[in-house]
Amino acid sequence: MSLTPDDVKRIARLARIETSDAEAQATQAQLNSIFDLIATMQAVDTAGIAPMAHAQEVYQRLRDDAVTETDRHAAFQAIAPAVENGLYLVPKVIE
Amino acid sequence: MMKWETVIGLEVHTQLATKSKIFSGSSTAFGAAPNTQASAVDIALPGVLPVLNKGAVECAIKFGLAIGANLNRINVFDRKNYFYPDLPKGYQISQLAKPIVEGGALTVAVDGVEKTIHLTRAHMEEDAGKSLHEDFHGMTGIDLNRAGTPLLEIVSEPEMRSSAEAVAYARALHTLVTWIGICDGNMQEGSFRVDANVSVRPVGQAEFGTRREIKNLNSFRFLQQAIDYEVRWQIETLEDGGRIEQATVLFDPDTGETRMMRSKEDAHDYRYFPDPDLLPVKLDEDWIEAVRAALPELPAAMQARFQRDYGVSPYDAAVLTGSRALADYFETAAQACGQGKLAANWVMGELAAALNKAELDISASPVSAAQLGALIARIQDGTLSGKLARQVFEGLWEGAGEVDAIIEARGLKQMSDSGELEKIIDEVLAANQKSVEEFRSGKEKAFNALVGQVMKASRGKANPAQVNELLKAKLQN
Repeated sequence: MSLTPDDVKRIARLARIETSDAEAQATQAQLNSIFDLIATMQAVDTAGIAPMAHAQEVYQRLRDDAVTETDRHAAFQAIAPAVENGLYLVPKVIE
Repeated sequence: MMKWETVIGLEVHTQLATKSKIFSGSSTAFGAAPNTQASAVDIALPGVLPVLNKGAVECAIKFGLAIGANLNRINVFDRKNYFYPDLPKGYQISQLAKPIVEGGALTVAVDGVEKTIHLTRAHMEEDAGKSLHEDFHGMTGIDLNRAGTPLLEIVSEPEMRSSAEAVAYARALHTLVTWIGICDGNMQEGSFRVDANVSVRPVGQAEFGTRREIKNLNSFRFLQQAIDYEVRWQIETLEDGGRIEQATVLFDPDTGETRMMRSKEDAHDYRYFPDPDLLPVKLDEDWIEAVRAALPELPAAMQARFQRDYGVSPYDAAVLTGSRALADYFETAAQACGQGKLAANWVMGELAAALNKAELDISASPVSAAQLGALIARIQDGTLSGKLARQVFEGLWEGAGEVDAIIEARGLKQMSDSGELEKIIDEVLAANQKSVEEFRSGKEKAFNALVGQVMKASRGKANPAQVNELLKAKLQN
């Protein structure tokens, strides 16, 4: 599988990354070499082997359901660009 | 004219009733001041890591067991990627390929007909924050208190064929999740939100039509209205020669219409992949069995038992198990008086009407189940007629004391002395010679008029059955 310049533009748009044509071209080559690596791995016969969701065969540790956090919004909001009435302000978004 | 069939599948987001969030130790309590319950994990500061809440997983296990589903002993969290300011990480942690719950079913009844609705899956995920679009100098305000609140998204198969079936399923699901205590069910606060996938097809066609998804319905009434409108709109569009485009729509309660939110063209490409921050979740058998052992008797089992033990109809059993509080109330009252059917009638009749009028929930009833049981026992032993019982009920509602004290204080005892009653009947017969003659000449109606006069003369305290009997005997002399 190899990516077209349009695929690269689309991936960039989904990730909200602005790319020039030159960058898209360079990225296309890099992404395609990653796909080559994937193709090499997919050539390995894995019939009968259960797929893994994580590289290590260990399982998630769970925490008890208890409130342990305290209100630190003043500290967090000290570095926010704009706040009002405890809310973070962002450029208007209406879908 | 072409006949159309409606096809509906529901996706329900239930907020799990945990104290803390799914991946952090922040409180999930509703109504706190903005961002005071949003920790470093919830607002996605760099370097933070999620740690899964055992309580949220346990809620999902309870649900899976309650609907007879398959619990995936190994289940996996994925990242669902999209950009929105109330989603600070730029992705939502959800479950795609390996959800915790798969399969299962719920049985609902519509107009007395039972139907089993199968579930596709239920998966754990985190809620997003809230965007406030009121005017903040042309900007949007973001409150992340809700970000990271645990949700169980419950997806049904597209097996419903009318808005009535969809509402019946949604109600049954609402009853179940509150019954087993995994969700508070508060629809105003968004604890139970319904998305409806709706399509139509000509009757007999095998393939589904193109569906549109109605988002975020927060009442059963809106669910019904939105589906009814959407179905009419789709049929009209198709009959006018148009096509249905796959789309997401919103329901506007003010106009009663649905309108497009986004079309498939800008449909999100979520680029799901397993979240490397979270290991697969393993459910061990001991845990599952411990949860199973702690489950309460479920609504379906209780309905069957109510029919068997108390002789109530299937319909009554379904109404009485509408909530655990109601079912417990009924059972306490029924056991107190030993009269299941009569207790069912009182709970669903007089009591329900009074609660409804006062806008009270059963849990806040001024009349306790034990009091209602005692009242019904006094009907059963002949102390009270139905009419007198209603007066005692009013007394109980007003807090005038216990049943026997109210009967005594208000002189509401049914007349049991037949001598006293005979005296009244003699007086009534003497005063209503015309009715007596009419009855003797064959007019049955005249008899009822006489019964009415006797009841009136006794000020409602006569036992109607006894009146009938004595009156008949006297007239036949």
